[in-house]
Amino acid sequence: MKRVNRFFWALAAPLAAVLFTLIFVSIILLMKGANPLSTFQLIASYGSQPENLVAELNQTVAYYLAGVAAAIGFRMLLFNIGIDGQYRLAIFIAAVVGGATNLPAFLEVPLIIITGVVVGALWASIAGYLKVKRNISEVISNIMLNTIASGLIIYMLQPGRFGLKGGLSDNLATPTIPKSGWLPSLHIMGGELYSFAFVAIAVGVLYWVVLNKSVFGFNLRATGMSFRAARASGVNAPRMVFITMALSGAIAGLTGMGELLSHTHTYSLAFPTGYALTGLALALLGRSNPIGIAIAAFFWAFLEQAAPALDLNGVPKEIVMMMQGTIILATVTSYEIVKRITRRQQQRLVGAAEAPRVDADAKGVKS
Amino acid sequence: MSVAIELKGIEKNYPGVVANHDVEITIAKGNIHAIIGENGAGKSTLMKILYGMVKPDAGTIAIFESPATIKSPQDAIGLGIGMVHQHFMLADNATVLENIVLGSEPMKAKVVVDYAKAREHLQNIIKTYGLDINPDDLVADLGVGVRQRVEIAKVLFRGAKILILDEPTAVLVPQEVDDLFKNLKGLTKNGLTIIFISHKLDEVMAIADSITVMRQGTTVANLVPAKTNKKELAEYMIGGELPSPRPATTKPREEKVLVVTNASANDRTGREILHSINLEIHAGEILGLAGVEGNGQSELIELIMGLVKPDAGSVVTVGLDTQDSTLREIRDHGVGYIPQDRQRDGLMMAATLWENRILGHQQTKPMSNGIWIDKGAAKSDSERIIKEFDVRTPSNAVLANALSGGNQQKFIVGREMSGDPKMLIAAQPTRGVDVGAQAIIWDHLIEARRNGTGVLLVSADLDELFTLSDRIAVIFRGTIVDYLDPRKTTPEQLGLAMTGEKIA
Repeated sequence: MKRVNRFFWALAAPLAAVLFTLIFVSIILLMKGANPLSTFQLIASYGSQPENLVAELNQTVAYYLAGVAAAIGFRMLLFNIGIDGQYRLAIFIAAVVGGATNLPAFLEVPLIIITGVVVGALWASIAGYLKVKRNISEVISNIMLNTIASGLIIYMLQPGRFGLKGGLSDNLATPTIPKSGWLPSLHIMGGELYSFAFVAIAVGVLYWVVLNKSVFGFNLRATGMSFRAARASGVNAPRMVFITMALSGAIAGLTGMGELLSHTHTYSLAFPTGYALTGLALALLGRSNPIGIAIAAFFWAFLEQAAPALDLNGVPKEIVMMMQGTIILATVTSYEIVKRITRRQQQRLVGAAEAPRVDADAKGVKS
Repeated sequence: MSVAIELKGIEKNYPGVVANHDVEITIAKGNIHAIIGENGAGKSTLMKILYGMVKPDAGTIAIFESPATIKSPQDAIGLGIGMVHQHFMLADNATVLENIVLGSEPMKAKVVVDYAKAREHLQNIIKTYGLDINPDDLVADLGVGVRQRVEIAKVLFRGAKILILDEPTAVLVPQEVDDLFKNLKGLTKNGLTIIFISHKLDEVMAIADSITVMRQGTTVANLVPAKTNKKELAEYMIGGELPSPRPATTKPREEKVLVVTNASANDRTGREILHSINLEIHAGEILGLAGVEGNGQSELIELIMGLVKPDAGSVVTVGLDTQDSTLREIRDHGVGYIPQDRQRDGLMMAATLWENRILGHQQTKPMSNGIWIDKGAAKSDSERIIKEFDVRTPSNAVLANALSGGNQQKFIVGREMSGDPKMLIAAQPTRGVDVGAQAIIWDHLIEARRNGTGVLLVSADLDELFTLSDRIAVIFRGTIVDYLDPRKTTPEQLGLAMTGEKIA
């Protein structure tokens, strides 16, 4: 009974948010003179075409990893806006290392992946260090580190350093990684699904198990919930903050790895920016829960894939961004409302638990 | 005799909980009227109703014999009701005068604060009521007692004729309490009416002209001190006989759980905060640490737990030199810690009770097994605590923030006593908990002592120190100034020692 209740409320919040978003966007569409129903149908049918689905799944993997990176930070009340810089620097250096080596595949692929993880972690730990030792907000330092990472990459991408000019586009790019550093794709639904998706799934499982089942995860969550209580309980809380920042950066370093290993095999400035904000939004939407983040990430990728089709049909594609923005606000709000409702229910139960025994005492009152 | 406040049939319901019902109180003008009751008896809800912060569901309020509806604190102030909160609301880096005018500044031409006028008004108040404060002192330099007088002056400045004092003595030492009581008498002589909320029965008997006892949201008795006694008051409060702690019959053992030798510690700026401390606690002994808050108690606790390393001297806690041990090692070696600020240092408020059971024991059996948390053990052991310590909760899956303060505290005490620690640091273990919870906690502290735990009891409650301690150490300005035998010391002597006076 109680379990059913909790399950109901856990689902009620996101459903209410989706419903609100659909209504709100419909109103906007009506004001623009477009038919909401046919617009939603268009998004749904375009997004669910097989070849688009595969592209969406590949995008989902990247978004998902950015979301998990952000979620780890959230558990520590850290706002890792530096995912962008961490991921691009990580992929860039991983590409450079991959391009400069030619080991057997079973070594080359892990080498590239681990390089990304380590670089992401190291870059993030600068912000972690400044936070713990100098009490500098990780938001400020990470924004600066993002800019520094961009400058660093552009500097190092110059021809004669680590970059090459030419290739298909006119973009500066790193030397192409030899075939031993390529990760095969799965051919499904007429598309190519990066097999890196399995790594992403493993990361999600690991994230959940470590956080919820291990002593380390307990210490991490305890520090996030109450720094002072964790410290009093014997946790080295500042170190925990530092480690969490580094872990968040490590996962950020995996973002975009699928594309590098299975598609581009080189880093160029064509790698997208903006994963930090997306990751944070997805962690928020998915309540820092790995499955929640996965659903949110797919939803995101789905909408974005469908956006160009809207323009072709006379509906501004910006409607997709509007949907994304609305759903974040609606979700955050509805979860807060559910939290209040369940808290009130709980307080009522606590009140009931306290009351009867007081009554029993009262009967024993002396004459 | 004219009536200042008359409350009739006041009722307030929150979903599932009746906070107040059938409240009947009549308070005569010029009286000090005490309202006593356990936590959760409905005192604070009633005061919030009177101060306009909560709207009652039923009942009538009459102020100075005319019916009143109080919709906001502004209304209350307009009717002459002022509230002195338990926690002072003063800006440290402003003067007394600036703090007092803040929010009700007399204006010159509607743009400039008329400090001359404010000063004159304040001087009048100081003179009339005999409040010993200086308008030009910086609040940061003032002691607790003076700050409280500033708070009172602040309320009077706004024209209050009725003062509500919420647990005003909680933060004071005995001498300061005496000063406060003198001031309160002075106020009533000038026609003010005072509502005095407390659960310290001694004080209520000493200061009140009349007493109302509340229990379970309603008024159960209206009494005058001359015709009642502490025992009767306590029984009205809890609705039954007061459990008395079992007398301690065991002797401390030879073995020492704490040895602090000439330890000094500096804060980050290099200022010495603890000076040459010598302290020993034996197994099976309760050492009381008395002192006015802010005299180095929290720093001493951090020193003992190894969070702060001594700059000179040595600290050996449960056999570990803190200089080269981490807090984790020290805690896992058998140190329990009941922190003073339970909600910030003792609990993860947004986590369930069973998760909170793990806190502090996350790296020892049975709460964990190698690198994994043992959820089953945490759940079953939290059940045990809930039973043994009478934590009133529907289940161990309730979030800590849903429980009342007393129940949170009982849970923390239960947790910290799990696994029979060699040493227990109990900082204000019963502050703000009701009489019933206090009795349970005291009982368990005595039990721990019998089982050979060495207890450091840091407390501002002299009653508690006298009831439980084998010895009392007095801390003043970062150093131990005296050791007292509770059987040969009076509360007045202890109070004096706490202010740095040597007992002859």
